[in-house]
This record gives sequence, C-alpha cells and structure tokens, in this order.
Amino acid sequence: MLEIHYFASVREAMQRSKQQLSLPEATMTVGGLVELLSRQDACFKNVYESGKPLLVAVNQTMVDSTHPVCDGDEVAFFPPMTGG
Amino acid sequence: MSWSQITVQESDFNLSEQYELLRQKAGDAGAIVLFTGLVREVYSMEPDRKCQPATVQGLTLEHYPGMTEKCLQEIAQKANSRWPLLATRIIHRIGMLVPSDQIVLVGTASAHRSAAFDAAQFLMDYLKTRAPFWKKQQTLKGSHWVESRQSDSDTIKRWQLHD
Repeated sequence: MLEIHYFASVREAMQRSKQQLSLPEATMTVGGLVELLSRQDACFKNVYESGKPLLVAVNQTMVDSTHPVCDGDEVAFFPPMTGG
Repeated sequence: MSWSQITVQESDFNLSEQYELLRQKAGDAGAIVLFTGLVREVYSMEPDRKCQPATVQGLTLEHYPGMTEKCLQEIAQKANSRWPLLATRIIHRIGMLVPSDQIVLVGTASAHRSAAFDAAQFLMDYLKTRAPFWKKQQTLKGSHWVESRQSDSDTIKRWQLHD
C-alpha cells in the first residue's frame, strides 16, 4: 500500500488531502505512478495536464520522475513552495 | 557543535526573547543577525499575472508536517557546514495571518558579522524555495494560492555556484 498526500492547490484540485493506493507492481517509478494516477483519476489528470509545475516527494524528500516508488512509501504531490 | 533550533508554530514570536536565546546559546558570539519576514498588505502579483496590485486581507499558510522540519534541519546543516556559526534559530508560522503579522524568523550567531549576515541570507533563500510551505492570500476579489517567483529560485543559484 502506498500513502499519497496532496498539498495546497493540488489538494484542492484533488478534493482530498490523502489517499491509499495498491501498487500493481512491486516497484515502479514516480513517472509510472503519475501515469497510473492520471488514468485512474480525472482530478489527477487535470492537475497533471494543467501545465503548472507539479513537485513530488517520496518519504519526505524531493525526487524526480525516475525515482523508484515501493510498497509502504509515502508519496506527496504539491506545487512549488511559497514560504518565507 | 553549534546550537540550532527549528520551530513551526501557529503562535507569534517575540524578537527580544529570540535575541536573548541566541545570545545565551551562542557563547562567545561577536555578531547576531535576526531577520523577520512580515505579511504585506499590498501584493503585486495576481494569478492572472497582470500584476495589478491587490490589497491582502489575510494569508493562510499550509505546510507538510514532518517534511517541513526535516527540510529546515537540512538547510540549517548546510549553513553550518559553510559558515562558522555558533547558533541558528528558525521559526516559521503556519495558519491564518493578517497584514503586518510576523511570518518567519531566521537568526544566526557567529564570531564575525559577515558569516552571520551571509548565513541568514542563505537560510532565507533556501527556506523560500525548498521548505514545503504554501501561502494562500485572501483579497477582496477572492482567495488564491501565491505562485512561486522565478526570482526566488534564481537567488539560490548564487549559493550553488560555490557548492
């Protein structure tokens, strides 16, 4: 099981702050996960295809689309940070 | 080992208390720099990017609990490895804020001022683009998420040249 978190504008577009997902394969890449979510979820597809930058963290570390995702990981999607 | 403390909180902070804390923890410091970021009432970037100034009535700060603290620790460690710091302090507020409220505090203590100034600037530059905080503004025209500025990402590059 994968735990997926959404923050800020992505959370609002997804209409939820988190969800759980069973991985169809033991391991896949972040890019593969994004494709999977886009197929399964119209909200996610809209977010992904909006053209706005979408950042990803796996286990609370920022990663790129080639990073692996495994069962038990915590994945988060969010827009660029605007703190400070 | 230099002293470092990081706090993410809803409540406000008191500058003189934070100054005294740094002074006490830093030992033989010759320089303490404290930076405070405030909520501005006039914000010039609307989501449509036409740059019409808007009056901000309030700001909501969201963050990623756990990752935020981890990122801020990493940023503080980076600063510590680049400059001979005696103490660092970071406070970032979350939740609802109104114009003129304090949002963020960065404090650095060192033997000499240049290290304290540079490290404070570095901490703020990294914090703005690397720590998972997001601002949502409330204006008379409604509320919207603040979009990241390219200029904020660019400021980090000057530090990376020396990495």
